[in-house]
Amino acid sequence: MPPAAAQSGEPAIEAIDLRRTYRTTTGTVRRRRLEIEAVRGISLRVEPGELFGLLGPNGAGKTTTIRVLCTLLLPTSGQVRVLGMDVVEHPRDVRRQIGYVFGGDRGLYDRLSALDNLRYFADLYALEPSLQRRRINEVLDLVGLQGRGSERVEGFSRGMRQRLHLARGLLHDPPVLFFDEPTIGVDPVGAREVRQVVAELARAGKTILLTTHYMFEADSLCGRIAVISKGKIVAEGTPQQLKAGVTARTVVEIEAYGVPEHTVARIRELPEVEAVTAEIHEQVQLLTVQAREGSQLTGRLLQLLEGVRVERIAAREPTLEDAYVALVTA
Amino acid sequence: MSALPSNRALYRSGPAALSWPRQVGAGWWYQLKMQAQSGFVVLVSLIQPLIFASIAMADQQAGNRTLPLLYYALGAGIMGIWSTVVFGCGGALSWQRHQGMLEPLVMVPAPLIVVLLGITLGTASVGLYSMGATLLWGWLIFGAHIHLVDPLAFGLAAEVMIVALGLLGLVLGSSFVLYRNANSLSNALEYPVWLVCGLVVPLSLLPGWTHYLAYILAPTWGIKAMRTAALGGDPWPAILWCAVSSVAYLGLGVILVSNVERLARRHATLTFQ
Repeated sequence: MPPAAAQSGEPAIEAIDLRRTYRTTTGTVRRRRLEIEAVRGISLRVEPGELFGLLGPNGAGKTTTIRVLCTLLLPTSGQVRVLGMDVVEHPRDVRRQIGYVFGGDRGLYDRLSALDNLRYFADLYALEPSLQRRRINEVLDLVGLQGRGSERVEGFSRGMRQRLHLARGLLHDPPVLFFDEPTIGVDPVGAREVRQVVAELARAGKTILLTTHYMFEADSLCGRIAVISKGKIVAEGTPQQLKAGVTARTVVEIEAYGVPEHTVARIRELPEVEAVTAEIHEQVQLLTVQAREGSQLTGRLLQLLEGVRVERIAAREPTLEDAYVALVTA
Repeated sequence: MSALPSNRALYRSGPAALSWPRQVGAGWWYQLKMQAQSGFVVLVSLIQPLIFASIAMADQQAGNRTLPLLYYALGAGIMGIWSTVVFGCGGALSWQRHQGMLEPLVMVPAPLIVVLLGITLGTASVGLYSMGATLLWGWLIFGAHIHLVDPLAFGLAAEVMIVALGLLGLVLGSSFVLYRNANSLSNALEYPVWLVCGLVVPLSLLPGWTHYLAYILAPTWGIKAMRTAALGGDPWPAILWCAVSSVAYLGLGVILVSNVERLARRHATLTFQ
């Protein structure tokens, strides 16, 4: 028999040495089998009522981890428990106690109204029929879709769809919630509203595991964060603890035009440089160079950038994003 | 955030199985509603049966055949129903995956077979339209005399056949969950089943071994039941066989779907990517 809920002192979510390998094939004539290790020994523990963030670049293993926790994938090895229940042995019991909200346009019946989408899932979650209408109104109200329930989903904006995803995830009032990049592609106002709902749920005592690309989102919402890179957790702690890991660094930002690849490579090869990222903002290139504390880099950087039009070069305080970049590029 | 009691109180009390009929019913209703709102589905359901019916009835008239027009119209109707089931079940599940709905559907506490049953029965029910349209077309254009000898048995035969075909769709659909491109099989399944079930040529013209296949396929018994109920004869053995085949399909579906869910979780085939 599965335990009904987490015993006192037991974590709400627990993964021990979780591994997940995908098997696929490649080639047209000569087929080759490939094994991709998406998750390589992740262990994490989320306490009841905690809002825990999983940060990492694309392909780091965040979504695979969350899908295993949500019973959608079987782990290749390792143990995974939610509220003390093993997700492999007792998937149906786990499903009654969790909600999964993912980002993106898909995952809703476009031809049905928002109300019909929720009514169908209220039945599939076996909610008491006499409570369904009240509960549906409640979640629509919570996500700000009250009055829009009878409209077909195909006419909804990205933000409204995301709020409907949220409503569906909350229908059965689960104590544990998984959010997989819930604000991806949502406009800033919509994203702020989604974050407000997440924060409200955390205040109400829900256990939440959230994956995101956005540093400020993790920084403002999460009590603890695990940074995941290439299928492994490379750092874990509060946002402050992670930031503290890079305070002993010098960060230099350069805005320039037409920096060649080989120049970026030469900056990366400087002995005191720990990490370099290059982004393009409209026509301007933004290089962020992280180096050991006390490094006098500006002069040498300008030397390397000779012949390149440099708009601005300045040192600044490290941020959570710098900590993240340092961890995932290490 | 919630004024309601904790989620334990939100759930319906009693054994989970008590919720299954309501869950199947909800799946049936919303699937039907979505299919009815799809221009493509409506068009296919509208045009295809009329083509089948026209060919069958024109053939009957040109060949001076002795069997009544209704005999051919019923065959054409069942061809339409089978097409709807085989394309509908494959298409519906591929579409669920494409829409990103397979994951939310697998994640609910209801057994996957209950979820899929509602969807496949909903799809099969759309096939009833094919039968109605074929009979109406036959009456309007070809002057077919629509007189049913035993209307009660005819209605029951139609219902039992729809359930049987929905359950056969469930068996097929389980492979569509596991393999992303399995619905392409539905193209290959349409014509052979028409042939083997005696919808295109009489079974007596086919090799003996095909008869064994015909016995395990519900359309064989469905057409027999509906033709005898409409034109005279004893429809009840065929209706009973259709019902028995439904139970067999359900049993097979239960075994397949429980394994398929586990395999889909192992091989990560619930998503479209």
